[in-house]
Amino acid sequence: MKVSTRIRFGTGKQIQHNKKKRNSFTIKDFQLLILATPAILVIFIFNYIPIGGVFIAFKNVNYRDGIFKSPWVGFENFKFFFTSNDAISVTRNTLLYNAAFIFFGTIIAVSFAVMLNEITKRYVIKIFQTIFFLPYFFSWVIVSYMTYALFSPLGTITNVLKNHGINISDFYANPSYWPVFLTLLYIWKYLGYYTIIFYSGIISISDKYYEAAAIDGASRLQTIRFITLPLLTPLIVIITLLAIGRIFYSDFGLFYSVPMQNGQLYSVTQVIDTYVFRIYRSSGDAGMATAAGLYQSFIGFLLVLGSNYTIKKIYPEYGIF
Amino acid sequence: MKASLIEKLVIYTIFIIFSFTCILPLIAIISISFSNEMDIALKGYRLIPHQIDLSGYAFVLKKPMMILNAYKISFIVCALGTALSIFIVSGIAYSLSRHDFKLRKQLSFYVFFIMLFNGGLVPWYMLIAKYLGLKDSIWVLILPYLAGPWFILVLRTFMRKIPIELIESCKIDGANEFKIYFMVVLPLSKSGLAAIGLFILLQYWNDWWLSLLFIEKDGMIPLHSMLYIIMGDIQFLTNSYLIPSTIGSTDMPRESSRMAMAVLAAGPMLCVFPFFQEYFAKGLTMGMLKN
Repeated sequence: MKVSTRIRFGTGKQIQHNKKKRNSFTIKDFQLLILATPAILVIFIFNYIPIGGVFIAFKNVNYRDGIFKSPWVGFENFKFFFTSNDAISVTRNTLLYNAAFIFFGTIIAVSFAVMLNEITKRYVIKIFQTIFFLPYFFSWVIVSYMTYALFSPLGTITNVLKNHGINISDFYANPSYWPVFLTLLYIWKYLGYYTIIFYSGIISISDKYYEAAAIDGASRLQTIRFITLPLLTPLIVIITLLAIGRIFYSDFGLFYSVPMQNGQLYSVTQVIDTYVFRIYRSSGDAGMATAAGLYQSFIGFLLVLGSNYTIKKIYPEYGIF
Repeated sequence: MKASLIEKLVIYTIFIIFSFTCILPLIAIISISFSNEMDIALKGYRLIPHQIDLSGYAFVLKKPMMILNAYKISFIVCALGTALSIFIVSGIAYSLSRHDFKLRKQLSFYVFFIMLFNGGLVPWYMLIAKYLGLKDSIWVLILPYLAGPWFILVLRTFMRKIPIELIESCKIDGANEFKIYFMVVLPLSKSGLAAIGLFILLQYWNDWWLSLLFIEKDGMIPLHSMLYIIMGDIQFLTNSYLIPSTIGSTDMPRESSRMAMAVLAAGPMLCVFPFFQEYFAKGLTMGMLKN
C-alpha cells in the first residue's frame, strides 16, 4: 500500500516536472545544441546553401556577369533539356538500370541469405561472408581495372572465349554487352552487403517458429516458404522501397569509370548523374546542368515521399518520417 | 531439420562459384602486374603469368615519388577526415539520441531532409570551387563528407540504447552534458563508433570523385584518383612532373606497370579491410535495430 502511493506520487511529480521542462529551453538543451553545432554548420554550408543555388537553373549564366547578375530566362533551360533527346535517354537508362538492380539484386541477395542460413558450420558461414563482402571494399576505379584486365582485347576472359570461338574483342566499343554487364557488376559488388543485411534479418527470427514447424512436420522448403520468407518480408519491403526512393540517382563510378569514358557506349551508359557532370564539364552550361540536376532532385524527392507513404501504409511502424 | 546432401551440394557449388568471381579479378590484376610485356603483346593477359617479370614494378618504383606522394595525401585525408567526422557525427548523434532534447524533432528533420533533396551538382560545385575557394586544397577532400546523414542516423539509433538512468545519475553527481558525452557516452559507444568509423574511413579511402572535381594540381592527387587518371592515360606515369621525361615512353612496360600501380595503390588496404568485416557487418545491422 505504502509502495503504491509512493509510485503514484512519483509519477505525478514527474508529469508536472516534464510539463515545466517542455516549455523552457534549459542549460541542458543548450549544451546538447553545442554538441550538435559542428554538424549543423557543415550540413548548412555543404547542403543547404547549394539548395539555395537552384535559382541558377532559371538563368542564362555567362561568365562576364557571374551567376547573380546573369539574366533570368524562366524555364528556357528546362525546355532545352527536355526537347533534346538526352532527357529521355538518360532518364530511361537511370530508371531501367535501377529497376534491374533492385529487382534482381534483391531476389539474389535474399536467396543467398536463405542459403547461408542452411549452412550449419559457423566458420564456413564466416568464410563465405568475408569473401562475398570483398567486392564491397573495391572502389569503382579498382573495378574498372579488373574489368579491363578481364574483358579488354587482351583480357583474360576475352582470351579464354577466343579459344572457344567466341569473339568479344569489341567489348569496349559495342553497346550491346553493357546493359547486362553493368547490372551484373552492380549486383556482384553489393551482393555481400545485402546478403549480410538479410541474413541478420533471418537469424533474428525467433527459434520458436522453427521448432513449431518442425513439430508439425514441415519440410525444409516449406519452412522457408511459410516461415523464413514471410517473416523477412517487412525487411525486404523496406530495403526495396528505400531503393525505389533513390531510383533517380545512380552510382557515378559504375557508369563513369568502368566504361572508361567511351563515347560509343554513351547510349547505354549515360545516366542523369554522368550527364549533368559531362554537360557541365564540356559545355560549361551551368544553367542547363543545374536544370537537369534540379529535375533529378525534384522527381527523386517526390519518389521518396511516395515510397515512404507506401511503407507507412503497409507497415505503419516502419515509416522513416 | 538438416539440409540433405544434394541441397548442400547445390548451395556450396553456387557459393564457391560466386566466391571465385570475387577473387578471380584480383588474381588477374596481380598476375598481369608480374607479366612480361612481350608475353602480353603475344598472348594477351593470362591468369598465371608465363614467366614472372618484375619490370612493371621496377618501372613504377624507379621514381617512387608519385606513388609515395599519393599515399601521403590519401593518409592525411583518411586520418584527418575520419577523426573529424567521428567527432562531428557522434556529437549530433548523441544530441538526437536524447529523448528529452528540446530541439530533437527539428534537428532530426534538418539532418534527414538533406537525404531527400539536394541542390544538385552545379550549385554545390560552384560554392566549393568559386565561393569557398577550396580548389586544390586538402580540405576539399575532407569537408564535404564530414557529416554524412546516414552515419548520424545510424549512430543515433545505437546511442539510444544507453540507459537514460545512467545519464540521469551522472547529472545527479553534478556532471554537465559535455562531461557526460566525453566520459560516459563515448566510451560506451566504442563499438558503434568503430563500425561507423570504418565506413567513413572506407569512404575517404576509396574516393576519387572529389578529386576528379576539385583537384588539378599533380601533387595533391590521392591514390584512387591517381589510379583513375592512369587508367585513362598511361602516359600520365611518364608525363608527370614526378617522373622526369628522360625515360622514354617507348621502352615502358605499359600494361604491366599500369597493373603494378593498381596493386601497389590498392593492395595494402584491401588486405586490411576484410579483417574488420565483423565491424562492417555490425554497422550494417546497427541501423536496423529500430524495431
